[in-house]
Amino acid sequence: MAGVIARRRRRQRVLRWVVLAVLGAFFVLPLVAMVEFTTRGDQDTWRLLVDWPLLSQTYPALADGIVASLGQAGLTALLMLVLLVPTAIWVRLRLPGLRRLVEFICLLPLTIPAIVLVVGLAPVYAWVNYLLGGSALTLTFAYTVLVLPFAYRAIDAGLSAIDVPTLAEAARSLGAGWGTVIWRVVLPNIRSAVLSAAFLTVALVLGEFTIASLLNRTNLQVAINFLGKSSATMSVAVSLATLLLVFVLLLLLSLLGARRRGAGS
Amino acid sequence: MPTLTRAAAALLAAATFTALTACSPPEDKGDDAGSGAATAASAADLGGLDALVAAAKKEGQLNVIALPPDWANYGEIIKTFGDKYGIKVNSAQPDASSQDEINAADQLKGQDSAPDVFDLGGAVATANVAKFAPYKVTTWGDIPDNLKDAAGTWVNDYGGYMSIGYDSAKVPEPAGVAELLKAEYKGKVALNGDPTQAGAAFSGVVMASLGSGGSADDIAPGVEFFKKLKAAGNFLPVDPTPATIESGQTPVVIDWDYLNVAQAAKTPTWKTVVPANAVVGSYYVQAISKDAPHPAAARLWQEFLFSDEGQNLWLKGGARPVRAEAMDKAGTIDKTAFGALPAAEGTPVFQTQEQTDKAKQYLAANWAKAVG
Amino acid sequence: MAEKVITPDLVALRPGVRGHRGRGVARTRSLLGVVPFFAYVTIFLIIPTLVVVIGAFASDQGGFTLANLAALREAYILQAFGRSILLSAVTAVIGAVFGALLAYALVTAKPGGLLRRAVTAASGVLAQFGGVTLAFAFIATIGLSGFVTVFLRDDLGIDPYAGGVWLFELPGLILVYTYFQIPLMVIVFLPALDGIRPQWREAAESLGGTTWTYWIRVAGPLLLPSFLGSTLLLFANAFSAYATAAALVSQGNPIIPLQIRGALTSEVLLGQQNLGKAMALGMVVVVAVVMTLYALLQRRTARWLA
Repeated sequence: MAGVIARRRRRQRVLRWVVLAVLGAFFVLPLVAMVEFTTRGDQDTWRLLVDWPLLSQTYPALADGIVASLGQAGLTALLMLVLLVPTAIWVRLRLPGLRRLVEFICLLPLTIPAIVLVVGLAPVYAWVNYLLGGSALTLTFAYTVLVLPFAYRAIDAGLSAIDVPTLAEAARSLGAGWGTVIWRVVLPNIRSAVLSAAFLTVALVLGEFTIASLLNRTNLQVAINFLGKSSATMSVAVSLATLLLVFVLLLLLSLLGARRRGAGS
Repeated sequence: MPTLTRAAAALLAAATFTALTACSPPEDKGDDAGSGAATAASAADLGGLDALVAAAKKEGQLNVIALPPDWANYGEIIKTFGDKYGIKVNSAQPDASSQDEINAADQLKGQDSAPDVFDLGGAVATANVAKFAPYKVTTWGDIPDNLKDAAGTWVNDYGGYMSIGYDSAKVPEPAGVAELLKAEYKGKVALNGDPTQAGAAFSGVVMASLGSGGSADDIAPGVEFFKKLKAAGNFLPVDPTPATIESGQTPVVIDWDYLNVAQAAKTPTWKTVVPANAVVGSYYVQAISKDAPHPAAARLWQEFLFSDEGQNLWLKGGARPVRAEAMDKAGTIDKTAFGALPAAEGTPVFQTQEQTDKAKQYLAANWAKAVG
Repeated sequence: MAEKVITPDLVALRPGVRGHRGRGVARTRSLLGVVPFFAYVTIFLIIPTLVVVIGAFASDQGGFTLANLAALREAYILQAFGRSILLSAVTAVIGAVFGALLAYALVTAKPGGLLRRAVTAASGVLAQFGGVTLAFAFIATIGLSGFVTVFLRDDLGIDPYAGGVWLFELPGLILVYTYFQIPLMVIVFLPALDGIRPQWREAAESLGGTTWTYWIRVAGPLLLPSFLGSTLLLFANAFSAYATAAALVSQGNPIIPLQIRGALTSEVLLGQQNLGKAMALGMVVVVAVVMTLYALLQRRTARWLA
């Protein structure tokens, strides 16, 4: 039996390295190409990219897009947390019957493509424009809907890992109000789930193009697309920079998750 | 219980929805109590050009949309206007289409950031006349009657002829449209846009039609031409942009002559030719939004564009200003720029509304089949 | 047996036991807690969906009409649907096969080791890496003046575009879509592969089975529902994708999401707003069918591989 297992392990190892080599080459190639494209000849693409004052002067549309996206990411993460965390906790504690409905609603954005959603958002946004103006930051409302599936799954997973009813009952029996229960008792225990939801939100918002472009507002991806028409190298450089930023974010997220698993087990 | 809640929620949703679609948000009446510029139909209504300038300066800002800086010299026009009157010009969405301009005006109605003025293709303009405020500029009389609306809701501003731009270092000069089917142009010919989306590309197909034996009534030879172009491998399914022209990815571009001429600034070997006897002309249309947040500035912008200075700036960008004939007679036209325009042999063809509609129907049904 | 006297204090301590009116009040107060969420979702998710669904049946004057749905039968729209489905199916299958291979390669590595964590993290990033940035990455790689194109042309004398520029048409879309489909498959399929117990392999071998019989008779059937479900998810993902195609394809609208954009923003063919909604409704129907099948398959999977 041992020989059979050893042979199998060897074959698996060979398969593993072949698959990783071939697919790894496929995935790394565009990244390498982007680096080569932006450093071709004598251009200062990367030096210009890190020089913010010069960048906003040379490419004002790009600078506007970057600022708008950062604002949207922050606001969406905030709105998502304010909306989802209390609701998820509340449903678990007081309305377990509604749990399936809430889950279904949170998965609905996966079934309704963004391109379809934006067609229907036009009359809703007519009201949003009337009440809050036409700034790019109002896209937060649409983005919060887009991140619902991912954020809800993360927060729900976090809540499943702790015994929410017991914690809440203990806190209530000691005289805590619901606000304290949510803010000071449950939230600190799902910190990593909340952070994970926030990171996923930021990654998604930074990569969003459909809704911003069809509602005629600016955003990082819209700005990159527009930039591509006048300067190929700068747009590729910004794309690469965005990708690296999101990679760092999600790497931090996975390290955080690993640490939690390590600490908990 | 849950079913009732769900039903109630659904009912609430349906009711809200009907309410929403039935009524749009209330219109925000702009604050123009002092100037009355929103209803002025000419400078005289406000008490003369100086009064208009004063009212516009008081407003201090102007919202324009879909004006790329390298399109017919709009960059310089915007800067000159801003410097001359001290008005800040906010240029939004430079690569928007005409329909996007109307969509933006609808979505931002009543907001401070709504567009004040439009520069539209003819089709979109005639379809949205209800959204425009009538205004006749001081030089109204110079403009030919068939190039303006009698009531003043819209007026043609500049135009050009469809042309073939090419990099003379890479390809030989195409004498006519049919030459583009030759082997020297393999993988090199690009059309500026999708004809079912963009007005410029639509006119490009009309030019191809004229050059392939069609006429203003018949766009089928043009679609056939592109089908042959694709089959020969010459058609590049890429949108030509200043970036692609500069990098050499699109050595031959079918586009308006003023746009092709502007590329020579960055690519010195770029030349423009209007094919003989296949001259398609079209004017763009200027209009003022009825709900303009800065009505006086919008009207001053209009006056500036149709003044000698504005028209000559367009001419500098390679476009043919609508008052060209009158200015030529009066001697106020920029003679060097006028002489530098690409020569156009043959009578220019300007399609009528019916011809355009018929062509569009044909295109919608057959373009994707030919090229898709 | 002394009867326990229910005093008001005991009642207060046991929240489940209240008077009839008390339970109603408590229930309403509980429901109030989720009103913000439901209100928000109604305004920004349900209402837009209803706008699309109802708008597909609305004529320009506001009445009911089936003309928009009838217009969907036009050749160019049917072709766009066909191409969308083809693109989604091909990239789903390619993504599923290679993604499953990659996931299997990860599973055979040390669990919790660096390789697995790094590749899983990279998959998480690359699955999200779509849209404009991906389109530009591929243009920089294999576009007309891309890294690989120049290398092939100058160093090896091969012109990848001798037969036409395919990058900006359907073949190009297929290539670019697989870039995010494969990592998505890894993420979605890995948990199922983790559910395979090594005991099953050993049991199969101790009964004299070869690798082939193991895969055909034991692991294959167990993994099949999850594999098919993941493929469906990949299909829905590719079908709904818009940004990548919008940034890559500038001539023509080969797939349905681009046709919808065309209907909304074209300055040549006007008045197509409701046709766009009809196309959007078509998209929703296709994706809903796929996602329902996915949900059913997920339930099958959970039985053995939870």
